[in-house]
Amino acid sequence: MTSSTENIDLHAVKTALRKEHNSILLRQIMSNRSLVIGFVIIAFLILVALFGPLVIAHDPNAMNVLNRFAPPSATHWFGTDNLGRDVLSRVIYGARISMGIGVAVAIVASLAGLIVGVYSSYYTRLDHLLMRISDGIMAFPGLLLALALMAALGGRASNVVLAVSIVATPYIARVVRSEALALKEQTFVEATRALGASDTRIIWRHIAPNTLSSLIVQATFIFAEAIIVEAALSFLGAGIPPPAPSWGNILSDGKTYIYKAWWMTFFPGMTITIAIIGLNLFGDGLRDLLDPHSSKTKN
Amino acid sequence: MKTYLLKRLLSAIPVLFIVSTIVFLILQMTPGDPALVILGQEATLEEVEDLRQQLKLDRPIYEQYFNWLFNALQGDLGESYFMNDSVMEAIISHLGPTISLGILAEIIAITLAIPLGILAARRKGTMTDQSVMAFSLLGMSIPNFLLSLFLILMFSVFWRLLPVAGYKPLSAGLWEHLKYLLLPAFALGTAHAALIARMTRSAMLEVLNANYIKTARAKGVKEKWVIYKHALRNAFLPILTVIGQSFLGLMGGTAIVETIFAIPGIGQLIVNGVMRRDYAVVQGAVLYVTFAFVFINLAIDMLYGIVNPQVRLDSKK
Repeated sequence: MTSSTENIDLHAVKTALRKEHNSILLRQIMSNRSLVIGFVIIAFLILVALFGPLVIAHDPNAMNVLNRFAPPSATHWFGTDNLGRDVLSRVIYGARISMGIGVAVAIVASLAGLIVGVYSSYYTRLDHLLMRISDGIMAFPGLLLALALMAALGGRASNVVLAVSIVATPYIARVVRSEALALKEQTFVEATRALGASDTRIIWRHIAPNTLSSLIVQATFIFAEAIIVEAALSFLGAGIPPPAPSWGNILSDGKTYIYKAWWMTFFPGMTITIAIIGLNLFGDGLRDLLDPHSSKTKN
Repeated sequence: MKTYLLKRLLSAIPVLFIVSTIVFLILQMTPGDPALVILGQEATLEEVEDLRQQLKLDRPIYEQYFNWLFNALQGDLGESYFMNDSVMEAIISHLGPTISLGILAEIIAITLAIPLGILAARRKGTMTDQSVMAFSLLGMSIPNFLLSLFLILMFSVFWRLLPVAGYKPLSAGLWEHLKYLLLPAFALGTAHAALIARMTRSAMLEVLNANYIKTARAKGVKEKWVIYKHALRNAFLPILTVIGQSFLGLMGGTAIVETIFAIPGIGQLIVNGVMRRDYAVVQGAVLYVTFAFVFINLAIDMLYGIVNPQVRLDSKK
């Protein structure tokens, strides 16, 4: 009888604790301004990318030669371009392409970085090899490497993802590796090893999951970086082939007619800037929330 | 110090080796025959074959690689297919604009960032502080090619104050030289300014609470002296690191900014090389940039000792 009352009490205590924990977490999230503002911006842009194309009035590739270089107006909020295409529709479609590439790069680079990071933290010889390769990749400017890769691979969306992921992977691998090196020495890992767990099990069940919070923070910044690099590559003519309206392609057209139609540069440029600010804020906020020790300039 | 220097120089060798291998392999993967690209579609099969032999493209890849590496070690980076010039000459002739641009960008960044960072630290939590931090976030978020376009819109298209693109060497006169470099340098410098301002603020905040600052103030030292002589000097180490990193970052940034502003520098040389598949130029220039990276890094480490004698490089493992 007594034990059952204790059980009920324990259960109640547990629920209460969990509730309190949740409410503390919620309060932490809500008081973290960067996180909230960043999240709102990113959520808005993702919604636009997903559902925007369903509601827009103009086809992003429909040309209208009679209506070239029309300045912003009630019918064309962001004006029209050199072929009379609606700039707003192109920016909205571009969100799909550019944000899609950003997400894809964040996922591919995170997975590759996680694998490289945990394995090199665990096996010293492999570590030497992998870290020298990543030194090599990190030693030259990312954009130039991506550019050279794109010249080799050819302009296609999947190649952009591949090229930017290759550039980004060492940055993730570094972060994961340094976390994993510390984890490797922890008592719980030693205990698991003493119990006879295999290397694979230790790596994937005990070390890898504990590196995730740093990985996620890093992935947000890679997401932002990928959007920038894609835009830069397409801008230079080595990314997504036109006429696909990626943000970089729209800007590239804009640069050609910068004297004639400022709106072709201004609006897509502002959209990219807002997306990057959103992602940076979100990443900063996330870092403060998940990994308070590493927050650099928080005062 | 000497052992440290030697160790650092030796550790650069594998990095340079790996970089050169990566670049070499990437360019080998590039579809299309460079001989055909150079001669154009109308070339006969024999002409293409002749050129392939002349450029040693008919040899196995490893032989091409070791030949190139061996020559590079002797300072011979090969001939450019397109420029009818040795790669070394091409790099040297493109170096001037990049150095001018880099220095001007760094001057803009430092003169903007350090006073702003100090101001923010002194007025922590006020509107001034928040505005500086907002500027910093904005500066770090705008990619430099976008900022370039915004600056062109503002200063060249709307106000018509500065030229939209181009380059004049210093021999054409200082103002002529600067007129063409101001916008690109500003575009490159802003992101670095943002980073340096952030670092200055946080480094100053840490130092300003130290006891020796309180002592200096208690002794009645003028606030200006407290800030610039006592605080900034001790906060300078992390700031210097960020300045060094930003200088390294300039190289990557120059590629696209030089292309936008049509400045004939190293960045543009590499971008054009990639686009034209001018193997020798890309390999040589990228190797050169990496070399510069390693040495600038080393120079920054050396500077630490000068700025703060407490840092002894020898004792660092």
